[in-house]
Amino acid sequence: TVLTQFRSKPYRNKRLSNAATMSLSAKEKNIVRDFFKKVSSRSEEVGTEALSRMLTVYPQTKSYFAHWKDLSPGSPPVRKHGITIMGGVYDAVSKVDDLVGGLLTLSELHAFMLRIDPVNFKILSHCMLVVLSMLFPEDFTPQVHLAVDKFLALLALALAEKYR
Amino acid sequence: MVEWTDQERTLIANIFANLDYEDIVKPDVSCHHSLCLRCLIVYPWTQRYFGGFGNLYNADAIMNNPMISAHGVKILHGLDRAVKNMDDIKNAYATLSELHSEKLHVDPDNFRLLSDCLSIVIASKMGYDFTPDLQAAWQKFLTVVVFALGRQYH
Repeated sequence: TVLTQFRSKPYRNKRLSNAATMSLSAKEKNIVRDFFKKVSSRSEEVGTEALSRMLTVYPQTKSYFAHWKDLSPGSPPVRKHGITIMGGVYDAVSKVDDLVGGLLTLSELHAFMLRIDPVNFKILSHCMLVVLSMLFPEDFTPQVHLAVDKFLALLALALAEKYR
Repeated sequence: MVEWTDQERTLIANIFANLDYEDIVKPDVSCHHSLCLRCLIVYPWTQRYFGGFGNLYNADAIMNNPMISAHGVKILHGLDRAVKNMDDIKNAYATLSELHSEKLHVDPDNFRLLSDCLSIVIASKMGYDFTPDLQAAWQKFLTVVVFALGRQYH
């Protein structure tokens, strides 16, 4: 019944943040792993497109890249950075069973050095979903969409872990 | 007052001109193009507003539910109203906003969720034709629509 969802359970770990998340089921983790395997041959394209769109559709995100010479879609710095980001995403896929633990260093990087406002993780995630849907319309079914959306949200949470 | 460039008006009008409403909501076999159904699956809490729509028990049931696809067409026609009144979406949507607030009691965050799903479905249909500039104009349009729909809430 609906009520059983709200029966309180003792927290199994000290991190209260985990208690508030919608975690991935085993099935969803497999969906994520399988889908990203399919995507891997075009991961550079995904990274470049997602980043290009983020900068165009949400121009406030350009504020983090004032040091780049060229912010136009598909430019060399955008391409290079798209590859870096996708590298991070794939790293997260391999650590899907413990995103917070696995992404600790990346979180420290984002928290102390890059200091990117976490709202932008959501924006980039949305752009990634748009691009995945564009490039893999047959494979990006609603069930895959759901699993990947959850995964990216959990990734973002793990990245923000060290912020404060 | 929202300012639209000529380019933005053209881009947005083109999306609608090329949109086949029936196609975008139909429960096809793999369902990847279907709008309304996608939102109900990806954000299952949105199902709360569809108690009278029959079987929504699982993804398959949702995908084969004709009432849901009919509703998807209704929503797209609603968006049409904004395209036809781009210079005053706020007022064009005043009664719709009241309807969603007073009668339907829809949490306005759902408008944002649906609009995100809509972008993703349109991207899957258009592929590379859904350029960054097009997405930017489209996102601006959706943001205005979502704001207008939420405006009469109190």
